[in-house]
Amino acid sequence: MFAYVLRRLLYALPILIGVNLVTFALFFVVNSPDDMARMQLGVKRVTPEAIERWKVERGYDRPLFFNAAAQGSGQVTETIFFQKSLRMFTFDFGRADDGRDIAQEMRDRMGPSLALALPTFILGLFTSVTFALILVFFRASYLDFWGVVLCVAMMSISSLFYIIGGQWLVSKLWALVPISGYAPGLDAARFLVLPVAISVIAGVGSNARWYRTIFLEEISRDYVRTARAKGLSERVVLFRHVLKNAMIPILTGVVVVIPLLFMGSLLVESFFGIPGLGSYTIDAINAQDFAVVRAMVFIGSVLYIVGLILTDISYTLVDPRVRLE
Amino acid sequence: MGFLPVLLWTDVLFFLLLAIGAATIVHVRREAPLRAAWRRVGSRPSGMASAVILLAFLAVGIIDSFHFRPQLPVANGAAENAPAAYSSEVLSALDVLLAPLRTRVEKTYSAPFATELYARETVELPGGGQARIYPRLAWGGSHLGEATGERDADVARRIATGVAGAMEAWLAVVAILVVILARRRRRGSGMLEAARALWRGETHLAWRAALVTFACVLVVTILAIKLAPHYHVFGTDKVGQDVFYLSLKSVRTALIIGTLTTLVMLPFAVALGIMAGYLGGWVDDVIQYVYTVLNAIPGVLLIAAAVLMMQVVIDTHPQWFSTAAERADARLLALCLILGITSWTGLCRLLRGETLKLRELEYVQAARAFGVGTSAILRRHVLPNVMHIVLIALVMDFSGLVLAEAVLSYVGIGVDPTTISFGTMINMARAELAREPMVWWSLMAAFAFMFVLVLSANLFADVVRDAFDPRRS
Amino acid sequence: MLRRFPLLLVFCTFLAACGPVWNDPYPASEQGRNIMYSAFTDRPKHLDPVQSYSEDEATFLYQIYEPPLQYHYLKRPYTLVPGSAAAMPVVRRYDEGGRELPVSAPASQVAMSVYEIRIRPGILYQPHPALARRADGTLRYAALSAADLEDVRVLADFAETGTRELEAGDFVHQIKRLAHPRLHSPIFELIAEYLPGLKTLQKALAAEAARTSGALDLERHTVPGIEIVDRHTYRITLKGAYPQFLYWLSMPFFAPVPPEADRFFGQPGMAERNLTLDWWPIGTGPYMLSENNPNARMVLARNPNFRGEGFPCEGEPGDREAGLLADCGKTMPFIDKVVFTREREGIPYWNKFLQGYYDASGVSSDNFDQAVTMTSQGEVSLSDDMRDQGIQLLTSVSPSIFYLGFNMLDSVVGGGPDAEAQARARKLRQAISVALDMDEFVSIFLNGRGVTAMHPIPPGIFGAREGEAGINPVVYEWRDGHAVRRSKDVARRLLAEAGYPDGRDARTGEPLILNLDTTPGGLGDKARSDWLAKQFRELGVQFVVRATDYNRFQDKIREGNAQLFFFGWNADYPDPENMLFLLHGAQAKVKESGQNAANYVNAEYDRLFEKMKSMPDGAERQAVIDRMVAILQQDAPWIFGFHPKAYSLQHGWVLNRKTGSMVRNTLKYQRIDIERRDAARGQWNRPIVWPLMLLAALAAAAIAPAFVHYRRRERATALGGGR
Repeated sequence: MFAYVLRRLLYALPILIGVNLVTFALFFVVNSPDDMARMQLGVKRVTPEAIERWKVERGYDRPLFFNAAAQGSGQVTETIFFQKSLRMFTFDFGRADDGRDIAQEMRDRMGPSLALALPTFILGLFTSVTFALILVFFRASYLDFWGVVLCVAMMSISSLFYIIGGQWLVSKLWALVPISGYAPGLDAARFLVLPVAISVIAGVGSNARWYRTIFLEEISRDYVRTARAKGLSERVVLFRHVLKNAMIPILTGVVVVIPLLFMGSLLVESFFGIPGLGSYTIDAINAQDFAVVRAMVFIGSVLYIVGLILTDISYTLVDPRVRLE
Repeated sequence: MGFLPVLLWTDVLFFLLLAIGAATIVHVRREAPLRAAWRRVGSRPSGMASAVILLAFLAVGIIDSFHFRPQLPVANGAAENAPAAYSSEVLSALDVLLAPLRTRVEKTYSAPFATELYARETVELPGGGQARIYPRLAWGGSHLGEATGERDADVARRIATGVAGAMEAWLAVVAILVVILARRRRRGSGMLEAARALWRGETHLAWRAALVTFACVLVVTILAIKLAPHYHVFGTDKVGQDVFYLSLKSVRTALIIGTLTTLVMLPFAVALGIMAGYLGGWVDDVIQYVYTVLNAIPGVLLIAAAVLMMQVVIDTHPQWFSTAAERADARLLALCLILGITSWTGLCRLLRGETLKLRELEYVQAARAFGVGTSAILRRHVLPNVMHIVLIALVMDFSGLVLAEAVLSYVGIGVDPTTISFGTMINMARAELAREPMVWWSLMAAFAFMFVLVLSANLFADVVRDAFDPRRS
Repeated sequence: MLRRFPLLLVFCTFLAACGPVWNDPYPASEQGRNIMYSAFTDRPKHLDPVQSYSEDEATFLYQIYEPPLQYHYLKRPYTLVPGSAAAMPVVRRYDEGGRELPVSAPASQVAMSVYEIRIRPGILYQPHPALARRADGTLRYAALSAADLEDVRVLADFAETGTRELEAGDFVHQIKRLAHPRLHSPIFELIAEYLPGLKTLQKALAAEAARTSGALDLERHTVPGIEIVDRHTYRITLKGAYPQFLYWLSMPFFAPVPPEADRFFGQPGMAERNLTLDWWPIGTGPYMLSENNPNARMVLARNPNFRGEGFPCEGEPGDREAGLLADCGKTMPFIDKVVFTREREGIPYWNKFLQGYYDASGVSSDNFDQAVTMTSQGEVSLSDDMRDQGIQLLTSVSPSIFYLGFNMLDSVVGGGPDAEAQARARKLRQAISVALDMDEFVSIFLNGRGVTAMHPIPPGIFGAREGEAGINPVVYEWRDGHAVRRSKDVARRLLAEAGYPDGRDARTGEPLILNLDTTPGGLGDKARSDWLAKQFRELGVQFVVRATDYNRFQDKIREGNAQLFFFGWNADYPDPENMLFLLHGAQAKVKESGQNAANYVNAEYDRLFEKMKSMPDGAERQAVIDRMVAILQQDAPWIFGFHPKAYSLQHGWVLNRKTGSMVRNTLKYQRIDIERRDAARGQWNRPIVWPLMLLAALAAAAIAPAFVHYRRRERATALGGGR
């Protein structure tokens, strides 16, 4: 398995280079180094000389891909692409436009992001699976029917409404939790209750419906019929057999998103003032700080690839027939 | 007054999509298995009900897609043979239909059905001096004159006549349907029986659900016709525009985003998906590489970058667009393209997997053995057998895309700020919630329209999937 | 569902443990303390005093650094008073031959001006590790190794701090820092015009920076024109006359920075830990930055070494009645700590304010715009609920202007080289100025929080006239003691005279199309562009709003490709020179890459500007300004948009607050009535618990039939009837 993981990681390398190329191409069309300099140096009293100085200092005065003026390997390395993009493979993200170290910033912000994303993920999974199980238990009854309708209705509401509505109702009208903010440590719980609850509710509709179909597929299999024939009660069949087997596709399906939890949530973090990576990304997009956006893209793709590998590994763990070679 | 027809890019593609839809219907009528599958869709009450609502939205979207530039009145003293000048403002057929709503603009916010502005203002009294009053609206309830106290009675009367009118129209439709159904029944058991079957919901297609939904749509439409010209039924926004008008205009944007995105990415996804699955080898490797790369980039960031890039391209080529509407339209199309690029990978992977299975089937192998060319096999044997996946993807993606538009516009990387869409409506409305007293109607209108549209799309998608997915039937 | 019950219970008990108020976003330990709460929306980019130039950074920086001068807190028009200087600087002016000139001498004779500034003795820096010294007097943290920095993450990780007395050399050091090639001071070019020594310094430093990647040592360099006279006195020699220089001395660009700080932060390993002067200011002001987390919160704590300053005892008329002189003579600052929380979205920000968790609105925040409505007469209208809560609103006109500029290089609105075409283009600009009803714009989009501009000079700044003499005669007329906007008919007539009767080109019959370039946040949103189009529809003119992102917009302006554009300017200091230079020919954007985005050139105006620039305020200067303004009003290179009103929304427990955008070091003056705040918070935030109960009841109600159903099914399965 080690060899397999290693091979997958090597395979990831060209993908990451591809990702880098795509983002690099996109962002440098959007923002020439001149634009970046002007964005950073502000609005008032900016002179062309100041822009030139900024470019030289930040290393944006080099050519994009090929430096004809340089010698030997410098022709490739003395370029913006090499300096700004390829250095990321060593997790050296450089500095944001405001001069802060990006890697350091990411480490600082990962905590709050996880504090929000992890409970949301676990609680969301738990709630959705429970709800789906209840629906399956009462399948083909009015409870099931209205449950599914509820699910569809819930997934038809934009997440913006959940956030705006939830904040307005719970925090403003009922004054139950702080409207926004964050505190490190245990105190964070007060701030996280509402965003977690809202994220869970916003996700429960589509997830529960998806899990329900998985359960239904599972329940139509032969071994379930056998179990029933043995005279096991519906409860035992459902919880002991169906749940266990259906968790395999569910778990392997969600493994891919686990690493991405680090990236945080864009909307919820901004609305609730949680200083995580999601709000960092939004800030960077708004400020057109592409050093940060590139770093976030890179981290995102690394995490995605890690997720894919984890998925493969989880298959072997839950299903002995699958072997990685 | 003359006009100059304007064909925006999204109009062209939208009509192309409709043409494809029409061709599909013709095709389906000839193919028995497909017809059976669609009949399965029709037999489900939720399928018929949501189809009716979707059709209503589609009608709004289609009317809103006929664009033109009205001719300007001939200038005084202009030469006889001077060429006609056209306004730079692009209107649609819907704008003409809703002309009273579009042009009757108040000064600023007013609540639904209000006859006065929402905030007090200081006005000069005719006899000198000042007073702080709620100024009367210029248009809302203007037919009442000064007798604003009779508004409730007036509204109630209009609702009553509206509902009555709707019911009459509805009964007529029911009657026509009963006649048709009775004709269809080969056994010739008569109108009464057909009506009874309809009432009990025993018709093969779920006509009862369709009719009930249709009744609702009809009531809403006729009430809108009765009330909207006289009142602002959903209030007015900051610059006094009718929110109901804005909501209706948003429908087209949502439909365009929801359908064109899938349409523009479809050729790539289908071609690459089945090529990767069927050909295998390095083709498969390259295609897999491309979609893994695209998948690996966090979606929002890719969209943000691409939207900003498109913006640059549009801004640096102002000569491409003769009107602001064309520029906004280019941005809308760009957004569709970008959303397509980020979302085609899922469908591509599904198709690749399905094709992998298909190529091992006997009839494909037989065709290969007979020396049928690869492209012919792909076209004749593989493509028709994966079309159900394409269809399911089309309907399933729709609602997700409509919701995504709202979020993207909210983040500032969605449609052009001058395009009316649910996203821009919510974006504007979010600040209004903080007003004291709160302005809630823009948000509620956007919520209601979006909810109904997405809910019916979701229900319809479910039914279509159940009917076409071989694993489910 | 059953399983969620305990969770709900835990939730309830957990919340109940927080005391009577559940939604307090601050730690319980802070309750009842003398802390002020505020918010910021955009994270400050620079806190280095040579770099920072934006309003939201000023909120922090002006409390920490103490420039030689400051504006009087209460007096209007704005008056400079000594800050860290002991008295107002002494200015001496000399001619070519080095002879001292009398005060009355005209500016054209002045070859150089010498400013001598004496600083107050005994001022101490805030406690800071850069100033910590060992017993033998050497710096404690001077030569740190990588191992020393191992466990350091924030500034507070350095255990020892120190202070020292403020010296004249610190001011000189900061002026040298303006030329630092790595710091990109935005005012470098401007100041270097008057202090040519800075340019040579920058060249020398840039050469040094190219050789080494390490820190640059400014102390080895001397700059001609800046000298230290004695420990508490320094002297600046400017080329020519520049009376506005005094205003610059009130900004952090000229605040003292100890060279030890540069030495401390310049050590290897510091920047990697985000330990830079850009993030950790070191000042002598009333507050110091004790927590710097721009993602979540910034905390200013009272500087224990602050010299203490008395609250001013004079103000403008009305201040005594407003209670602003009640604290006369008391030692400032009053508040122990100020907590700024990052609030990205407007709704949470606003709601927290209403709940009493923010004491006042931020100075530069737009988030409260929706809440504050003013009528066209300028009277404040808070809603009754808000008035009942004791919320107060203070307003004053900001020294800034938003305008729609015509690009004079454009053939349609500028006219081109032909004099007759230019005259027609002038009529066209006048017509557009009349047609665009800025009064309605202000009332709709700014909720009345603005004053329509008659010319570039905002009210309250010398040169701006009030009443009939102050109106723009092209756009307004004076009727019954009011300025009344001229009607659309006037616009129509002007349009016809310009060669566009009914909005059509008289020769070709083509409709006139005007393009406005703006950013999406400027005039680009749906509502505003609709409104603009509506203004011109009546005239038959096609008005197209092109919203583009900020960089593209700047490109168009720089290349002169715009036709109409929407722009704003915030005055650096309260002097008409700082507004009128925006139309000075020598500042033309395309030719000189200056600030004159309209590329307006008028020989007479330019001549008058040069004259007015260095005149002392008085009737003579007013006459020159009047003439300049009249030229602008006739030529109409701008649609003078509006001067926004600054406002401050605050709770009743915040005392001593006065608006005035020029005065930025406001925190030290403010005071909080803590008991009143605590009482109000308790009263406004009683949690409503019934929804939780209802939720529990609903869950029970949902579970009951399900349970019945479950039992039935279970029995059925047992009998073998299950599906």
